[in-house]
Amino acid sequence: MIAVEARLAIDDLFADYGAHLDADRLEDWLELFVEDCVYQIVPRENAELGLPVTLMLCENKDMLRDRIVSLRQANEYSIHTDKHLISKVRIKGKAGDSYAVEANYAMYQADNEGNGSLYSFGTYVDEVVFTDDGPKFRAKTVIVDNWSIPHMLSTPI
Amino acid sequence: MSLNVEWQRSDYSRVPYWLYHSADVYAREQEMIFRGPTWSYLCLEAEMPEPGDFRTTWVGDTPVLVSRDRDGTVHAMVNRCAHRGAAVCRHVRGNTKVHTCIYHRWSYDLTGNLIGVPFQRGIGGQGGMDEDFDKAEHGLRRLRVACYKGIIFGTFSDATEPLEDYLGPMMCAHISRLMCKPLRVLGYQRQRIHGNWKLYLENLRDTYHASLLHEFLVTFGLDRATQKGGVKMDVRHRHNLTYAHAGSDSDGDAKAAYGDHQLNSDKLTLRDPRLLEFRQEYEDDRNLAISTMFPNASFQQLNNSLATRQIQSKGIDAFDLIWTYFGYADDDEDMTDHRLRQLNLFGPGGLVSMEDAEAIEIAHRASRSEDASATTVIEVGGKGEISDRAYRVNDVPIRGFWSYYAELMGIEPEGAVR
Repeated sequence: MIAVEARLAIDDLFADYGAHLDADRLEDWLELFVEDCVYQIVPRENAELGLPVTLMLCENKDMLRDRIVSLRQANEYSIHTDKHLISKVRIKGKAGDSYAVEANYAMYQADNEGNGSLYSFGTYVDEVVFTDDGPKFRAKTVIVDNWSIPHMLSTPI
Repeated sequence: MSLNVEWQRSDYSRVPYWLYHSADVYAREQEMIFRGPTWSYLCLEAEMPEPGDFRTTWVGDTPVLVSRDRDGTVHAMVNRCAHRGAAVCRHVRGNTKVHTCIYHRWSYDLTGNLIGVPFQRGIGGQGGMDEDFDKAEHGLRRLRVACYKGIIFGTFSDATEPLEDYLGPMMCAHISRLMCKPLRVLGYQRQRIHGNWKLYLENLRDTYHASLLHEFLVTFGLDRATQKGGVKMDVRHRHNLTYAHAGSDSDGDAKAAYGDHQLNSDKLTLRDPRLLEFRQEYEDDRNLAISTMFPNASFQQLNNSLATRQIQSKGIDAFDLIWTYFGYADDDEDMTDHRLRQLNLFGPGGLVSMEDAEAIEIAHRASRSEDASATTVIEVGGKGEISDRAYRVNDVPIRGFWSYYAELMGIEPEGAVR
């Protein structure tokens, strides 16, 4: 039995996750992770084949910071607005201070002429830990079901 | 069908935009290029090492089944049932003893021979095929197959020259360098880019854009126009190699050339610089060697990120790009981790490649012109002769692409530069 308070706090973490990305608050989004974190986006094809190639792999929070700095200052990408719809989270279990959490997501993307489409959908397979500053992601694996990426992949999913 | 192309220049320094947007051109490309006298990349041998292993892929619009038979020989055939045209094999990869179409269960052996037709003689003397139906006449259409250093190629044409002649010494040397040891496939990335396939082939041949569009490269010194490097082509200018040597310029050289406003290297450093670490693996110290093979592939090394890229046309307005990443079978765990980390540089979300998709899409959208006289300008590195360059600020291999394209399409201008 997972404590209601913990469950609600994890719900809030996921809500903040989607809201920060959708508002392009990447620097705030970064603070949802602990320093010793892993963030990766994985094509479902590779996950099913047991192959290690990702679409994005940050093995610690510094690599996430680098990705954001690069997006802000050293990359050009499609001008877009995202909207995440994240399902109710499923807390699969607790081991020590760590919760195994999954949720499905759908992410729509609109361009700057107002045309949009379903850009990505899949599953978050995550590890959440409680810190003095509330729950944070220690690991987040985005498994993408539509792994043939439309256009390009710039901002995180 | 004939195409009337009014080339403004015989050296392909002006290419009409309508060639990217015409259904007639696209149909002719399928016939004259993808099903014509060219070798296309199909897949890697390492993806299908065992008897019975198969892979499905596309050459242009044509579905292709690559199959390894019981003797270990690789075959390729059109993945389309001889009966009603359905895809015989619906899986991307796997292992089987026989390929059976689900529609009416016609079955084919691993070399493409039709071996089973249910109810061929009907039931109780009623129905089925006439006596003269001969299974031997209804096998899957075969491609010629050739392998080079672990890469499997196919061609639809009997007229295509032998593979190694088609590749030429430049491409053979590049592939031999990259495929120097047994491979281990690490996985795949795919993306669909909404632009004409030719724009990507050109992008791969355009050294000029690399250090301008891809700011990451310049900012962190991975690839700068001030470095030692250049482009090499085969004798017919259909293939291209872009190469560069890391550390052959200084931040000062780059600053002087680019001007302070375009170079952020003083301000930006990576907090985790392992992403940029180059471990020399070959005799030479090239950290960047990316080749492009006409008409559908690229073979790349950037630092220690190794991959093939396959281009599959999907109509006038889109193409799929499939990245197959690999390391070597004798890589230790640390080297594999290093390659996987450097994957952040490439693919749909690569820090040095994401811009290509955007550039192609904005070029495709903005060039849909009604005006047949509107053209692109291709003359960085000079007009006229198409030849190798030992410097980086050039897009000469794009003209090489068009010269071979025009020859195959039968649309060369008078006095065409080849």
